[in-house]
Parts: sequence; structure tokens; C-alpha cells
Amino acid sequence: MKHWRRRLSTLLMMGLMGLVLLFIYAPIVWLVLSSISTRAELLAVPPHWIPQHPTLKNYRDILVPGTAVSEVARTFKVTLRNSFIVAASTTLICLVAGSLAGYALARLRLPFRNALFMSILGVRMVPEISLVVPLYILAARLALLNKPIVLIITYLSFALPFAIWMLSTFFESVPRELEDAALIDGSSRLGTLFRVVLPVAAPGIVSTALFTFLLAWDEFFFALIFTSTIAAKTVPVAIAEFTGRYAVDITAMMTGGVLAALPPVLLALVFQRYIVSGLSAGAIKG
Amino acid sequence: MRSPKTISLLQHEIREGVLFLLPAMVLIFGITLFPILFTFVLSFTDTPLSNPSPQNFVGLSNYLSFLRSTQFWQAIWRTLYFTVVSVGVELLLGLGIALLIHARPPGWAFLRTSLIIPWAVPTIVNGALWRWIYNADYGALNGLLYSLGIIDKYRPWLTEPMRALNLVIVADIWHSVPFIALILQAALATLPLELDEAAAVDGANAWQRFWLIRLPLLRPAILVALVIRTVEAFRVFDIIYVITQGGPAFGTVTISYLTYLESFSYGHLGSGAALSFLITLFTLAMALIYVRLLYRPEVQG
Repeated sequence: MKHWRRRLSTLLMMGLMGLVLLFIYAPIVWLVLSSISTRAELLAVPPHWIPQHPTLKNYRDILVPGTAVSEVARTFKVTLRNSFIVAASTTLICLVAGSLAGYALARLRLPFRNALFMSILGVRMVPEISLVVPLYILAARLALLNKPIVLIITYLSFALPFAIWMLSTFFESVPRELEDAALIDGSSRLGTLFRVVLPVAAPGIVSTALFTFLLAWDEFFFALIFTSTIAAKTVPVAIAEFTGRYAVDITAMMTGGVLAALPPVLLALVFQRYIVSGLSAGAIKG
Repeated sequence: MRSPKTISLLQHEIREGVLFLLPAMVLIFGITLFPILFTFVLSFTDTPLSNPSPQNFVGLSNYLSFLRSTQFWQAIWRTLYFTVVSVGVELLLGLGIALLIHARPPGWAFLRTSLIIPWAVPTIVNGALWRWIYNADYGALNGLLYSLGIIDKYRPWLTEPMRALNLVIVADIWHSVPFIALILQAALATLPLELDEAAAVDGANAWQRFWLIRLPLLRPAILVALVIRTVEAFRVFDIIYVITQGGPAFGTVTISYLTYLESFSYGHLGSGAALSFLITLFTLAMALIYVRLLYRPEVQG
């Protein structure tokens, strides 16, 4: 009797799991299938769920240099590169400035430390829309619009407070004795931070870098307002623009979508352990 | 009594601290605090986008005109609807999935890994994908329902305001449920299980153990997830921009979208600033709650 009940509940749970997995994967599979279908098969009524003539043409157009490319493919090629430049630079700056500030907040006896801590958390929550107009005016005056640098700087508004908060949490868990030993041996604070604290906190650094990169890669609103030419447009802006057009090449669009999703998804899957621990450390990404 | 030596050490430490904090603080001040103050000033003016330096001070009239504007109240209502429904459903589904993973049925690890995918897919890709799924002429939703014989001809799904809003919510749920599920399953994994086992020995059934033991222990994690998602949902913009562009007939214009329209489509920077200031106030109120939830006493020096 008990045996049967256990078996039944396992079956029930596996059924529920199947439903959840279906909900997770159905849209993903459709995204990938749309990117390798031919237009004719995709626009059939109803569509060919399994394409009979799968093609990698769209991927070739975007990824292989020099192939005859459509406007959609060309745009994705450039905007993917822009996204990489912006997200990587933002991450780098956040790690450097964030490590210094995070360490000071975690370890040094400072007046107003608690107030600083809280205001950093508060700043992290300020919506982009309340910053955008002044930043736009400033960027226009400094002739920075349509340059990747304007995105790198403005992305710091949400990425840097986030990185400081996360890094200081990780620095706090580094044993103090390690640092003290180095300090007594005559190492400077900065030297101690780089030679002792950062190596010990390496998993935390990886976690922070990961989240910061994903935040920057995901950003849309600033990119929409601050960039209007291909020189600095990021992938999300390109996708949003193409979606708005009526006669857009949907298979090429979905290929761009797959390529835009691939870096964050792969990073998150490869560094899964850090994502889960980062989330439980109170990390924030929607 | 402190000896002179410790005082100078302390001073030294403060000096180092200031130097360490300086780069980050300069950046944060320049790109957030200054713009917020600027926006606050703008909100009392009638500044046009075409000539964007603060001018024509109008006092509180931007704020007062919202109170009489049906567009404003409708946007507030839609934002609240979006927030309550999406966060509510996400919390329930996320909690359910976390409990499912925690029960460790065969394949649980695969489910946990799979959850990371929708979470990591960029918001705009997510929006574009669902818009394509909802497409009136070729979409997969139409194709699926047609293949199953549920509808006999393709339908436009995004032409009725309330339905469009709900379909945007579905896309948001797909993206955000994993976030809540991952946080809650991590929290569940750290709960002391002895209580649960003791209660089981004492004859408490699974339902009682959930309500009386697990749920109270999960409360802090649930609250954190709830506050983060509420703040995000309240300022929803990206996904609406991609799926409906605020339409049909302004039917999915939330408060953030209205702010965007005011500032950049109608070119009224002043009233746009007033709106964005209201969003900031709400967000900061939520942030206060968040800080109180997260702020652990041992951090204090």
C-alpha cells in the first residue's frame, strides 16, 4: 500500500516535471526551428513543425565574413560585435572599481559605512527612465551619442552598484587572518587586496563578472535612446527594430535572436554553479 | 581610551578607504545622483525635447495635471494589474517548481539546469520570440491551435487590449518564473531538515509540514524574490516595447511606457520627468523594504 503510494507520487511528480519542461523548451525549440527553416516552410499554414529542408544559410550570412549578406544579416553582425564590446568593457570597469570599493566597504573601518552600503543598494534600484533625460542631454553636449562609450558609461549606473554589493559580500567571507598576515609582513593594502583577497575570492569574482556581463548584454532602454546608428547599436536594439517592421525576413530575425541568446545562455549553463550561488547570495537579475 | 597609535592607524585606514571608494563614488555620483536631481528639477518645468535645457518653470502643474488625466490613471491601473498578476503567478509557479526540485524526483537536476535557459535569454529576444509566436498570420500559437482543431481559422491575438496585456504577461512569466524557482530551491536546500523529519515522525502530513514548517522558514527568501520582481514588474518596458509597442489603442501602456511616450514621442520632457520621478519614489520605497530584508546585522562594523 505504502509502496504504491510512493510510486504514484513519483509518477505524479515526473508528470508535473514534464509539463514544466514542455513550458520551458517549447518556445526555445520554436526559436531554433524558425532560424533553420526556409521561409516557405515557416510561413505555411499551419507551419511545418519539423522543417523538411533545414538550412544554416542565415547563420552563414551572419557569421562568415564576406558572404553576400542581407541588411538583416549585416546589422546583426555589427550589433553583436557592439554588444560584446559594451558588455565586456562594462564588466571590466565594474570589476576594477567594484573590487576597490567593495573591499573598502567590507573591511575598512569607515565612517558612514552603513549609510554608504544602503545608498548603493538604493541606487541599484533607481529606474533607468529617471536617469535617461539628463544623461541624454549630457551625452549630446559631449558628442558621445552613437558611440559605444556612452553605453559603457551609462551601464555603470546599474552594473557598478550591483558589482560593489556582490563583491563586498564575497570579500566579507575571506578569512581576516590571511590578510592580517600579509599586512604584518609589510604588504600594502592594495597589494594585499590583489595578492591575497582577490585570489581567495576568485569564485565570487567569476560570479560577479558573469552577472554583470548578463546585465549589460540584456540592457535595452539606454541603448534604444542613446544609439540610432549602426556604429554603436546593440543586438537588442537591432532585434526590436526588425520586429517592428512588417515585411522583415523572419528566419533571419530568429537567427539573430538565437545568436543574441547564445552567449548569455552558454555562459550561464557553463558557470551554472556560480549562477545558483550568486542568486542565493542575493543577486539581482530579472 | 585609544592610544595615539590606533588613532593614526584608523586615520590611515579611512584615508585608504576614501581612495578605494573614490573611483566608484565619482562614477555613481556622475551617472545616477546628478541625473536624478536634474530630473527632479525638470519635473517642475515645461521643457521641450527640441530644446532640452530646463526652462519655463510651472511649479507643480505637471504633477497636478496627471491627477486629472485618465491616461495616467489607466496606465497606473495597467501597471498594477501587470505587476500583481505576473508576480503572483510567477511566485506560485516558482514555489511549486522549487518544491518539485526539492523532492528530488528522477531528473530533477536536468530540470534545474533547464530553468537557467529562459532566465538567461535576453529580455528583447524573449519579447521578439513571443511576438512571433502570437503572430496573426503565421504564428505558432495559431498553428498549434489550428493543428489541434481548437480553432478553425487563424486569429489576431494582439488586437484586443486586455488580451494583449495578458499575453505580454505570459511572455514575462516564461522569462521570470525560473528566477524565483532558482532562488527558492536554493533557499530550500539550506533549510534545516530535522524539523521536517521530526514533524513527519510525529504524524504531520505533507500538507501540514509545508504550511507549518517549510513556508515560514522560506519566508525571507520569498520576500526578497517578491520585492525584486515587484520593482522590475512595476517598471516593465522592454517586453512591451517589443511585443505590442503599447498598443492596441494604448491598451498595454504602463507607467514606464507612458513616461517614454511623454518624453520621447510627445517631447514633453517636463511631464516625462514628473512621471519618472513618481516611478523612482515607488521604487525607492520598495528598495527600503528590500534593504531591510537583506541587511544583515553582522555587516555592521
